[in-house]
Amino acid sequence: MAKLMYRDAIRNTIFQEMQRDERVVVLGEDVVGGMGTAGGPEAIGGIWSTSVGLYEAFGPDRVIDTPISESAIMGAAGGLALAGKRPVAEIMFADFLGVCMDQLWNQIAKFRYMFGGKSICPAVIRMPAGAGYNAAAQHSQMISQFVTNMPGLKVVMPATPADACGLLRQAIRDDDPVVFLEHKFLYAMSGEVPDDPDYCIPFGHARLARAGEDVTIVASGMMVGYAETAADDLAHDGIGCDVIDLRTTSPLDEEAILDSVEVTGRLVIVDEAPPRCNLATDIAALVAGKAFASLKAPVEMVTAPHTPVPFARELEGAYLPSPVKVAAAVRKTLAY
Amino acid sequence: MQLNREALTRAYRQMKLIREFEERLHEEIQTGEIAGFTHLYCGQEAVAVGVCEHLSERDKIVSTHRGHGHCLAKGCDVEGMMKEIWGSQEGLCNGKGGSMHIADIDKGMLGANGIVGAGAPIAVGAALSNKIDGPDENGRLAVSIAFSGDGACNQGTTFEAMNLAVVTKAPAIFVFENNHYSEHTGDAYAVGTSNDIASRAEAFGMKVWRASGVDFFSVYDCMREVLEFVRTPGNGPAAVEFDTERFFGHFEGDPQRYRGKGELDRLRAERDCIKIFRASVTGAKLLEDADLDAIDANALAAIEKAVEESRKAPRPTAENVLENVYISY
Repeated sequence: MAKLMYRDAIRNTIFQEMQRDERVVVLGEDVVGGMGTAGGPEAIGGIWSTSVGLYEAFGPDRVIDTPISESAIMGAAGGLALAGKRPVAEIMFADFLGVCMDQLWNQIAKFRYMFGGKSICPAVIRMPAGAGYNAAAQHSQMISQFVTNMPGLKVVMPATPADACGLLRQAIRDDDPVVFLEHKFLYAMSGEVPDDPDYCIPFGHARLARAGEDVTIVASGMMVGYAETAADDLAHDGIGCDVIDLRTTSPLDEEAILDSVEVTGRLVIVDEAPPRCNLATDIAALVAGKAFASLKAPVEMVTAPHTPVPFARELEGAYLPSPVKVAAAVRKTLAY
Repeated sequence: MQLNREALTRAYRQMKLIREFEERLHEEIQTGEIAGFTHLYCGQEAVAVGVCEHLSERDKIVSTHRGHGHCLAKGCDVEGMMKEIWGSQEGLCNGKGGSMHIADIDKGMLGANGIVGAGAPIAVGAALSNKIDGPDENGRLAVSIAFSGDGACNQGTTFEAMNLAVVTKAPAIFVFENNHYSEHTGDAYAVGTSNDIASRAEAFGMKVWRASGVDFFSVYDCMREVLEFVRTPGNGPAAVEFDTERFFGHFEGDPQRYRGKGELDRLRAERDCIKIFRASVTGAKLLEDADLDAIDANALAAIEKAVEESRKAPRPTAENVLENVYISY
């Protein structure tokens, strides 16, 4: 084990996978940085510092610094993957999915199915997502609700440095396209990361972040930490919570959710996306359909409101779910 | 003309096969037996064949929604394609793709595409892969070709792809087939650069060529030069604009009210690449009419067999809907 930041866990995993498999290539805006400048290449190494040192180690053919052209990045990732490479593309902010939706939704996600199962598309699309930096409406959004809805994609939302490592390695080795939603606000999070160069976390298996028998809290990405904080506070009052970190929203570990709800009978779902047609509503429907008899109280959903992400600190704070909001929802289900 | 008898025969057979494939579909679609949207390539055969006759399976192509010609020219199986259009489980894509999504990765055919302009970025990705793989023992790079029409030349994706190919020196070739109609709108209206698509590629810093797209030899000779350039490591991409014609509507069922009086008859009489090819090779005494007639009969028979087999081919079932997603967990 080594103590690493979330961003370094990502960078190191890409580095190790590029060493292991020469088909792995990186592309994106400023993933090298400084190309065509007096300062020279590697002035940046990715604006999130997730590709530092890759260019020096692997050169321009495998570390492809692109112009600001998200459709071209996404499309080229698809073309590289169809041609036998394992691209790891970075879309600098997940919000820019709006610019290149077609290449993900109509192309990459569909190749394998549309071509009758005769092709694979092992592309990893890293999309730093989420709020917390007061970056306002076009640089702060959670997009899990869109990509989870797209058949053909796998969607990953790592909540810890160790998971960022194990899930990213799994993503790179996976034969299907994977949308990897790194939470921007977690980049500086520190944690123990296994040293094993083959450490992979299989998709579709949730992590039990806290164990308790009173209420089930389901969360993903940065919301997992909020749920853990809420659970720890509630524990002081003798309230025990299961905190289920989904890890991947597609495939979804239905069993982990249903098994927990069968014990607790109470469910709180925390989702950073706006409230309609998101993971929270999806999981609420799942539980209503498959564990209705276990429920002792209405399902509570803690989500962002149905607004764009606001700028000012006070507004963004009010917009986001929080440990306090999660704890209040837990108490509400218990008071029912 | 530097082609020997065998190569000429092959080129003509490929063009004729595409022509008969499309003419037959035009008939069959009217019976209602074939489902969905179909866009026919009739009239443009010289481009697909003139380009693809230079390619090997290492070279990749990405096609358009008018993709049957590119698929056949790149070596996709005639029966597999016909069965796919029929929606059979034995189709090239098991009936999951249909006319607009035929692909055969092993043949280097990375897919027709239902989204106008979507292919170019994918082709650049494949070209970057070719660049990573490096030159062969003869020092030549495999290339990747983006077929686009005068419709796709107005999409931002095409511009992004051209710029990315230039800055990364990807061995990509942007083949623009100007058939003068983007769906139901003329290029005189929709292509702002006075009908000139190649100048756009030129503006991105690419070497460009322009040639007739209704004369196979014009396409073939032009592509020899283009490929000589792009296969040379370090040169990067290039673009070609071929002036060609579309003999049918945008889609099958299109009433084509935008056509001028007598336009289609004139195009069929004066701008038919098959007729032009025949006149060239018989005039130069490279092939005899009897040779060409035999190829015609052979192509017709191949299409007839493909249709018969497609009618008999097994249909997919409801269980097949759920196959081919999530393979590796």
